[in-house]
Amino acid sequence: MYGGGYIFDEPNRKQLREEQLHDDPEKLAAFEERIAKGEKIEPGDWMPVEYRRQLTRLIEQHAHSEVIGALPEGTWITRAPGFKRKLALIAKVQDEVGHGQLLYNAAETLGKSREAMINDLLSGKSKYSNVFNYPAMTWADVTVIGFLIDAAAIVNQVANAKGSYGPYCRALERICYEESFHLKQGHDALIELATGTPVQKAMLQDALNRWWQPIMHFFGPPDKVSQHSEKLMQWKVKMASNDEMRNQFLDAYVPKIWELGLTLPDAHLHKNPETGRWEYTDPDWDLFFKVINGGGPCNQERLQVRKWAETEGRWVRKALMKPEERKVMPVA
Amino acid sequence: MSNQSYDPRVNRLKLGSTDDPIKVEEGENWNIYEVFHQEKRGAHHEHVGCVHAPDPQLALVFAKEQFGRRKKCVNLWVVRSADILAFDLEDEDMFANNMEKTYRDASGFKVMEKINKFKGAGKQPPAKDGKEK
Ligand SMILES: [Fe+2]
Ligand SMILES: [Fe+2]
Repeated sequence: MYGGGYIFDEPNRKQLREEQLHDDPEKLAAFEERIAKGEKIEPGDWMPVEYRRQLTRLIEQHAHSEVIGALPEGTWITRAPGFKRKLALIAKVQDEVGHGQLLYNAAETLGKSREAMINDLLSGKSKYSNVFNYPAMTWADVTVIGFLIDAAAIVNQVANAKGSYGPYCRALERICYEESFHLKQGHDALIELATGTPVQKAMLQDALNRWWQPIMHFFGPPDKVSQHSEKLMQWKVKMASNDEMRNQFLDAYVPKIWELGLTLPDAHLHKNPETGRWEYTDPDWDLFFKVINGGGPCNQERLQVRKWAETEGRWVRKALMKPEERKVMPVA
Repeated sequence: MSNQSYDPRVNRLKLGSTDDPIKVEEGENWNIYEVFHQEKRGAHHEHVGCVHAPDPQLALVFAKEQFGRRKKCVNLWVVRSADILAFDLEDEDMFANNMEKTYRDASGFKVMEKINKFKGAGKQPPAKDGKEK
């Protein structure tokens, strides 16, 4: 997982314009030319203030999503059915936490310390992918997460891996490689239920029904209402629009659900043969914003578990701290 | 906590009994180490990323967990990020390869041309005075 396709930003247009005025126009032109040529930007390079701010926000929220995303699945490790599934789930959850580390490092190269990022997560200032504010109630939920949510994240991460910021691209390259295992093990576990007993099939169908709306929310609001992001596209921070990524996801994965004799809870969901685009009933976008702002079923639990980990681990970290050490940001 | 968790272990933690804000201090996540990974004996160590650790020994432990858990790896190096000295990226132009530096490059020496010219000349019949050109 889990580059939530949607990256939360507080509307802050006025500040943005003032900041941009301070960018040296000559340097800005050279920077944009470099990106247009397909070159990568590295930590020591000059970059516009707004580029740095948006990338920090994007990579940081991606990192939080990996770490928080490990929680709903992590709770199923002890209850995973069978030895192989347990081993695979442990490996996957470890990967996700590792993805968090890789991404925190990439974000740190932009100048924000890891401690500051964790504080912003714990205080609720910085967000993470909305899907993890829903509970994994049964083992079938774990298979739906492993297959469909990792699949959605892959669509997003493969796109972002072609972005302009070197450290983020390198982290994503490693992440995408591991994601292929997540997707495959998720698909395998989901197929086992889909082709199993009537009770297993019913459990899976129930999980799909509950997760479909959060999955449709995953890539964020439709392009027609979503914030203007031309500059971010030009700077190769955002690589594809929300609707483009959602369409790509539906195109690749809806057939893989239908072929198993499963259904999705949207009677209108179909591919328009003329446009080649998928059509669907709009999910409830008011609910989406309500959940992002703390109103989901698990927001509180996720942050409290995360706080508990920080509180309980603190004595270990402090015992090993060496405040006199010189600390700098990662070099690449 | 208002909602009961679906995870019995989370419920046992009795989370939320204290809702004090927690603040992680700067430096609490230790120092940053760059990690270099060697894929097989005889290969170079290559930079793969970094880890946070309180000292080099633990940096190696974390590096093994983070960068050596899947693909082949026979050795790792770690070094504090602060100890890396690098050129300023703004000075990139000093590496620009100028075209007059072919004397430093294998491609700047055309031996075959000369050999072929020599061999071609050798096939000419010898001059009448018996001297070769
Ligand atoms: Fe994943
Ligand atoms: Fe991940």
